[in-house]
Amino acid sequence: MRKNSNGRESYLFDRATIADIQKAASDGIYKIRGFGAKRKVPHFDDLVFLGASVSRYPLEGYRETCGANVDLGTRFAEKPLSIDIPITIAGMSFGSLSANAKEALGRGASSVGTSTTTGDGGMTKEERGHSTKLVYQYLPSRYGMNPDDLRKADAIEVVIGQGAKPGGGGMLLGQKISDRVADMRTLPKDIDQRSACRHPDWTGPDDLEIKIRELREITGWKVPIYVKVGATRTYYDTLLAVKSGADVIVVDGMQGGTGATQECFIEHVGIPTLPAVRMAAEALKELGMHREGVQLIVSGGIRSGADVAKAIALGADAVSIGTAALIALGDNNPDLEEEYNKLGTTAGFYDEWQAGDDPAGITTQDEKLAARLDPKKGGEKLANYLKVLTLEAQTLARACGKSHIRNLEPEDLNALTLEASAMAKVPLAGTDWIPGK
Amino acid sequence: MDETKKIDLKNTEVRELNRMLQKRDGNNFNYFNIINPMGAHAIATGLDNEIDVLIDGHVGYYCAGMNQQSIVTINGNAGVGVAENMMSGKVVVKGDASQSAGATGHGGLLVINGNASARCGISMKGIDIVVGGSVGHNSAFMAQAGNLVICGDAEDGLGDSIYETVIYIKGNYGKLGADCIEKEMNEKHFLRLEKLLDKANIKDDPKKFKRLGSARKLYNFDVKNIDGY
Ligand SMILES: Cc1cc2nc3c(=O)[nH]c(=O)nc-3n(C[C@H](O)[C@H](O)[C@H](O)COP(=O)(O)O)c2cc1C
Repeated sequence: MRKNSNGRESYLFDRATIADIQKAASDGIYKIRGFGAKRKVPHFDDLVFLGASVSRYPLEGYRETCGANVDLGTRFAEKPLSIDIPITIAGMSFGSLSANAKEALGRGASSVGTSTTTGDGGMTKEERGHSTKLVYQYLPSRYGMNPDDLRKADAIEVVIGQGAKPGGGGMLLGQKISDRVADMRTLPKDIDQRSACRHPDWTGPDDLEIKIRELREITGWKVPIYVKVGATRTYYDTLLAVKSGADVIVVDGMQGGTGATQECFIEHVGIPTLPAVRMAAEALKELGMHREGVQLIVSGGIRSGADVAKAIALGADAVSIGTAALIALGDNNPDLEEEYNKLGTTAGFYDEWQAGDDPAGITTQDEKLAARLDPKKGGEKLANYLKVLTLEAQTLARACGKSHIRNLEPEDLNALTLEASAMAKVPLAGTDWIPGK
Repeated sequence: MDETKKIDLKNTEVRELNRMLQKRDGNNFNYFNIINPMGAHAIATGLDNEIDVLIDGHVGYYCAGMNQQSIVTINGNAGVGVAENMMSGKVVVKGDASQSAGATGHGGLLVINGNASARCGISMKGIDIVVGGSVGHNSAFMAQAGNLVICGDAEDGLGDSIYETVIYIKGNYGKLGADCIEKEMNEKHFLRLEKLLDKANIKDDPKKFKRLGSARKLYNFDVKNIDGY
């Protein structure tokens, strides 16, 4: 280093930014990756619970029960989907994930009484076979969509958007298009496959209402219909989705994971999960449907039972997890450090879920790699993790004196930062002040 | 049963109608005649048995959506998404069809004797569509498999981002969509087209048609093709 250099790294042009510019200049293509937003945005960490005090009494941790079950789709469906814990597995496609990974998700979720969700690319027999409660996604691409599978589903999720890329379509790079994936999607092998960002046969809330009615006619009005949106204009999206006849609203914040998306999309489109929950709950309250009629599922960066409890306190009925579930199966496991190094990364940083060479056998279609994931063991790990999340959420709910997790409310929360206070509309800790109120 | 079951939508709910057509009420009619559809949506959706349904009048959105096996004939015009995601069977529109006719269809035959609006055959995945008249803009957008036959003209954007669908067109087309090009017609194609026209019961001369399909240049992302994306 020269004497007159202060050797300081630029904040704007830090090493990662410089590397990005160099890569764009040499490859001529934008960066595509998996995982969710990696930068810091206001999140549930910025909230704390007000445990019981002189004026509130807590429930006895090991004696008094604290309910955790949720009924989804009580509005119009003949058979609502009842889950035993308020945590579901989010839609992740076969294609982006291996068949073993899908099976492991099904096994884990089923053993604790909750649901899994298909994804772009249709329903596989592995996931239907191993998921006692399966939500079938209805996406713009309609890959593999057919009425027989639709009728096998326990609920249907009309996907309008995803938190990682609201307004964007899907992509699956050629490396991951195996014969089976190509066949399910009616596409040639090895191509870089794009999924449309907009449904091919409807636009806007009036059409959506008719589309939902059609899906109900095809499935005999039996199963619930969810509508999933990426978090942006969440208040209005919720109002319009409910008006269109949705039974359940799924809101996915900007931190939500993805199998493969342009990084500029992941980091720069959408709002954080924290304000999105509050906005969706506000819309449901205004319609008189909060906690009765229409249920709210929230996702995007849920990691712990504390996140689960806080999302529910802000108004969600349940949460949904993607990234955390893959980590529970073995993604980013330090045992694979050598292999991560060979890929030029390290355990804890691996996000090349688009590339198809996942050493953990999760985000791949390579048969050898996929065989590394034992679906039974993976399922057990996921089940353990889901139990821990539930126990943690129950612990926090009991501390706030609640006999059911769903009884948590915004009144049980304080914010640690001004941003979180304004976004969640709960008072800044130590004050009775909410910015903007 | 050879007897035709007549259903008047003036005094029957679509929900009740579809229950009958899907045989969820256990009836054993093979022929149905629906009158006074008055533009109702989702008529005859989700059928999955070999029945014949004749609808006298105009229908709304998604008529015969996700059809399997049944033959549905619309003696009138059809709204958005007629025969969307059809799997098998046959749907015939005697009049004109609105946007997204046959969208994402996986199989079966859709015949439109009149014109079809924008995005006819969008994202089609194996269905055959034969249009007696012309089609609107962006027809066969991202079309993956199956055949689209157009006896009239097509507006701009035909076959945009097309995959393996084959388009046969007799009239003129506007500016073709990205990656869609005209290809030669050989004996094999004339024969295929003849069969398609026959199946659709439309009389036309295959020799007068041109064939369009994918240049397959956008199949793998390459920054040199940026204008095409
Ligand atoms: C590998 C992977 C594949 C995904 N595929 C889909 C999909 O096909 N459809 C969809 O709606 N969302 C998809 N998502 C998003 C998830 O459904 C969910 O919204 C997100 O993962 C939630 O955020 P979290 O990862 O922070 O838990 C995918 C996410 C991941 C990680």
